[in-house]
Amino acid sequence: MNIMKLSDRLKKWDVLYFFLTNSKFKIGISILLFFILLSIVGPFFIHYAPYEYAGIQGSPPSLEHPLGTNPFGYDLYSQLIVALDGTWLVGLIGGGVATIIGLLIGFFSGYKGGFLDEVLMMFTNILLVIPTIALLVIIASFLNSRSVVLESLIIGLTGWPWVARAVRAQTLSLKSREFVSLSKISGAGTLKIIAEDIAPNMLSYVFMVFILQFGGSILAIVGLSFIGLGPTNSVSLGGMLQDSVLWNALILGYWWWMIPPGIVITFMVASLYFINMAMDEAFNPRLRST
Amino acid sequence: MRKYLTRKIIIYLITFFIAASLDWAIPRLMPGNPVSLIVSRFAQASSGSAAQASVLTKQMFDYFMQAFQLNIPWWEQYALFWRNLLTGNLGISMYLYPEPVINIILSAVPYDILFLLPSILLSFWVGNRIGAWAARSKKADNILLPTFYILTSVPYFWLGILLVWIFGTLLRLLPMSGAFSYSMTPSFTFAFIFDYLKHWILPFLSLFIVSLGGWAIGMRNMIIYELESNYSRYMGSLGASQRLIRKYSYRNAILPQITGLALQLGTIVAGAITTEIVFSYPGIGYILFEGIMNKDYPLIQGCFLFIIAGVLLANFIIDILYMFIDPRVKIAYTEG
Repeated sequence: MNIMKLSDRLKKWDVLYFFLTNSKFKIGISILLFFILLSIVGPFFIHYAPYEYAGIQGSPPSLEHPLGTNPFGYDLYSQLIVALDGTWLVGLIGGGVATIIGLLIGFFSGYKGGFLDEVLMMFTNILLVIPTIALLVIIASFLNSRSVVLESLIIGLTGWPWVARAVRAQTLSLKSREFVSLSKISGAGTLKIIAEDIAPNMLSYVFMVFILQFGGSILAIVGLSFIGLGPTNSVSLGGMLQDSVLWNALILGYWWWMIPPGIVITFMVASLYFINMAMDEAFNPRLRST
Repeated sequence: MRKYLTRKIIIYLITFFIAASLDWAIPRLMPGNPVSLIVSRFAQASSGSAAQASVLTKQMFDYFMQAFQLNIPWWEQYALFWRNLLTGNLGISMYLYPEPVINIILSAVPYDILFLLPSILLSFWVGNRIGAWAARSKKADNILLPTFYILTSVPYFWLGILLVWIFGTLLRLLPMSGAFSYSMTPSFTFAFIFDYLKHWILPFLSLFIVSLGGWAIGMRNMIIYELESNYSRYMGSLGASQRLIRKYSYRNAILPQITGLALQLGTIVAGAITTEIVFSYPGIGYILFEGIMNKDYPLIQGCFLFIIAGVLLANFIIDILYMFIDPRVKIAYTEG
């Protein structure tokens, strides 16, 4: 028992050591921490409300307006920082809901098998083929007022099929292992086996899935906001980009309006993918490139 | 083979049935009546005395209730919806009144095909090649893999914005929007085709570059697994050249990638919609955007159905192709 624990502990340290020396992980976590810090510290430097006339219209970045202003005289730094909060929220709720639903369906479908599996997987595959954006558009366009939480829930509710398929595949490979059979023989119920034998063995995998869904939800809300179906009455990164395109930032050459939100989105999502890539390499040593 | 195809066709028909039913049901399940939503928007926009407005509102409400046939029982509405759908009647656009939705969409389809097909197929091909090349060559992999991950994180439309800014605003090399110059009329002349290509290249590039990353990552990981598998080791121990082993690995790795292509279509279409908006490119995505901006519900619903039908059709074509590429499918269905 003691030896087991020791080897377990060593294994954990091995993974931790790998993370701390893996440059992808270091880069990913640094970018992520930077954005977290930005959304914590950033608000202290906001001097204007997102939709408040702040000064000269369409001025390039200056000391007073770190990201410049748009043609309406709104301070773009304030808009960006406020939009960041909503982006985190969408990632957390959207990613969380998709992961939880996907886990439940994946576990039961994979573990129970048979008819339940057939039905659930057919349903999953159908939802997978229907483009999420189309569903989101049709739902969002008929909602008169849309809150950030509601939109994240909708994104989560349409994003789970990927998770369900991945979790099902993992469950299938785990359910024929000896320790599961042992639990079955000792009379454990389905829920208990899933919770005690299958779920803990997929923890790292589940976390990776969550990270991917987090990034995917951010990209989904950005796209939705860009086509004019984002949360109503709030600033969002996609909404800033939509404004910039609709109000001819491209022709006017207001790069400070359209470039920063895109950079924030790209590196926020990329940092998550980098962490995911490092975890993938940590748990699948075959994928390590160096 | 016939069994495989019938099975696939049935599944796609069920999927289309569910999607179309959602298209019908979602507006009706939403809080509030779509008609009162439309009428309230008109009432806000129109000016006049309150009494006049209320009479007008009542008349409009009745008119739209009848136009959308919301005053009949729901099962009749549903049956009518299917009858209209199967006869190609998707309703009348409100924004481009009195143009039928189907005509508006059909006029956009050629642009979509010429824009989507090359960018999807080329990015798939090039992405897989680069990914296969990156696998197991340390130097390339260390630079390329992070690059691919950054590429997949870029929102499609933002890369479009970036490209327009660089090539349109700064360098003034390429046009910034539209599918062809206003002075041109579509024809098969050299001048028009050249003009069309000049407008086409930037939207194409933004879709091409972003989706490239995903394919490359997938292929890189697949090739690594294949190179570690027993058949590769066996070939290696028999003295087969590295090139031959890689060729065989590629053939095996391409199969899950093709399945992935079918599954990714929805995401790519979403990217295409937003990209078309950036470039005001007259495809379905741009029409959908105009529908959303102008609260043109019949147009939005029509675009929804068309996008779904297109994605399902593409999936079906991929399924047929898959049958020829992977002989196991054929065997599984002829024996079983």
